[in-house]
Amino acid sequence: MESKINRYSKQLILINSFFILAWLVISVFPFIWTFWGSFKVKADFFSRADWMFAVTGVNTLIETGDTSTVKAYVESWTEGEFWKATMNTIIITVSVVTISLFLGTLGAYALSRSTYKYTFWILIAALIFRAMPHITLVSGYLFPFFQLNVWGILPTTIIVLVAINQPFTLWLLYSFFKTVPKELDESALIDGCSYFQAFRFVIMPVMWPGVVTAGLFSMMLAYNDFTVTSLLLNQQNYTMVPKINAYLGTIEHSGNYMWAVSSVVSATAPLFMIIMFFQRQLISGLTAGAVKG
Amino acid sequence: MPHRTFFWFFFPSGLAMLMFIGLPIISSFFQSLHIEPEQILMEVEKCDPFGCKTETKVDIEATNKLQEEQPLGRFNGLGTYGDRNHLAFDEIKEAWTNSSSIAEFTDILLNLPFYKALLFTLTFCFAVTPPVVILGFIVALSVNTITKSLKGPTIFGVILPMIVTPLIGSLVLFWMIDAKGILGSFIQFLFDDPNLSLKSSSQLTWITLIIYGIWHNTPFAFVVFYAALQTVPQDPIEAAIIDGASRYERVRHIVIPHLYPVATFIILICLMDNFRVLEPIIGFAAEGVAQSLSWMIYNDLRSENKMLFGSAGATSMLTIIGVAILLTPVLIRTWREFRTER
Repeated sequence: MESKINRYSKQLILINSFFILAWLVISVFPFIWTFWGSFKVKADFFSRADWMFAVTGVNTLIETGDTSTVKAYVESWTEGEFWKATMNTIIITVSVVTISLFLGTLGAYALSRSTYKYTFWILIAALIFRAMPHITLVSGYLFPFFQLNVWGILPTTIIVLVAINQPFTLWLLYSFFKTVPKELDESALIDGCSYFQAFRFVIMPVMWPGVVTAGLFSMMLAYNDFTVTSLLLNQQNYTMVPKINAYLGTIEHSGNYMWAVSSVVSATAPLFMIIMFFQRQLISGLTAGAVKG
Repeated sequence: MPHRTFFWFFFPSGLAMLMFIGLPIISSFFQSLHIEPEQILMEVEKCDPFGCKTETKVDIEATNKLQEEQPLGRFNGLGTYGDRNHLAFDEIKEAWTNSSSIAEFTDILLNLPFYKALLFTLTFCFAVTPPVVILGFIVALSVNTITKSLKGPTIFGVILPMIVTPLIGSLVLFWMIDAKGILGSFIQFLFDDPNLSLKSSSQLTWITLIIYGIWHNTPFAFVVFYAALQTVPQDPIEAAIIDGASRYERVRHIVIPHLYPVATFIILICLMDNFRVLEPIIGFAAEGVAQSLSWMIYNDLRSENKMLFGSAGATSMLTIIGVAILLTPVLIRTWREFRTER
């Protein structure tokens, strides 16, 4: 709703467009570059002679007979067992999102409907938990997990990620449930529903916008995690992000640096697709805590 | 809601947090009080045709037995906190008495692992945050003025650096600034120095990491500012236009005051998140010149055969103290908000 007197001068529009374009280049270009380069061989992507080789693919033409190649993708997915890492990521992401939404909606609903003072302290505690660096938590997990012999397997990591994710989910859903009118479930209670029935039949049908946002953040946490997955999983169970790091680190893969480049593209592409669809929810979630203040 | 119902609704979530966030902190503290068992040495007499001599060697059996009896190692009290790799009290005392000038003392101090890491972590935090807030604000202002149909795709492009995990984000930039990559060659061309590499000196690496931090964090500031800009009241702005205020004056006197609380929120979150910086250091392969507190813990836990639980626990505790200091303003703010809501 732009008012008529608030027009922009031509000059301003010009400067503004330049700035936005420049900024878009800064934020998007690295990804385009990596995407393009992932279809080249290493001698082109890291070209000693001329950086233009990465665009034209001179060495790629010499080595493979074409200016672009999917060799790095094929090799990393088969030989590098990136398919396995992808499977693990899918298992972990789906489980984490489902479980943390299940726990989070129940907990946040209770927090938003209780009038007692302890809800405030629980939310403050959640805020403190949210601020804990994940690596400090991991240092607390390792020893007990070794002793209990549950280190290295997927279920442990899933539970840990769910727990780490709870504080943020609780806060997000708490502020969402606060916007759902109390009268809605109160009338159900008066009609003789139990709290759980009120939650199930009255709140659940209207909570999906909030749940989608919370789910999106849980997904990003689980999908993107490096600290927890790299230290709590054993090599066979690695998810995508620690796997990419492993491609870089070990000597046996040093010749296959391009595996890491192509895997970065493989890991990033689905994430970008999802965000493209759910951009609105992402932004509403990020601002939930901030704009009210 | 009655206490009973509340309890059952909240129980699963609360249990998860207590078990996997509350307990690990306690476990970390408990670990920090212990130290890895010493290897038990034994003397063996070794005889060969040229005579006998005694040798000391590790008694593997006894060591393993001790390890089994005390898997956490022996009790060390707060000893780990004061050792060379942490607060290094003895070294500081020694440096204080031995060094002739303050400069020499700080030099020694900042070469101790913990203080070195603390210096980097704080530098990173405080160098990244101000540009992030300013750039985020400018980008938000300018995205706000573009045509509606272009807004969606533009916002998508702007938030990309935030969506990818820091490890991938830093790798993508790292490959470009490599001396053989596009940005690296460009910088060499710019300074006319074919041997210039951003990895070559520690200052340049620090600057690279900070630029990465700004690149990664600006989208967050942008998103929050952008949303807040939608809530700026239109009436005062129109009144200001009628009164003849320029665009700059309108932004300066109406928009910015409206956004102050949002800016403090961004600053606090930004400081807190950057205090745990770890992945960029790994992505940029900058372990040699830039260590953060989180990296110290990661390094202690990474080695496969001998994890230094005690050392990692102690650094964790010290990191948590740092986070607590940064967190206090956030908590006070939340507390105030809650009181005004009631």
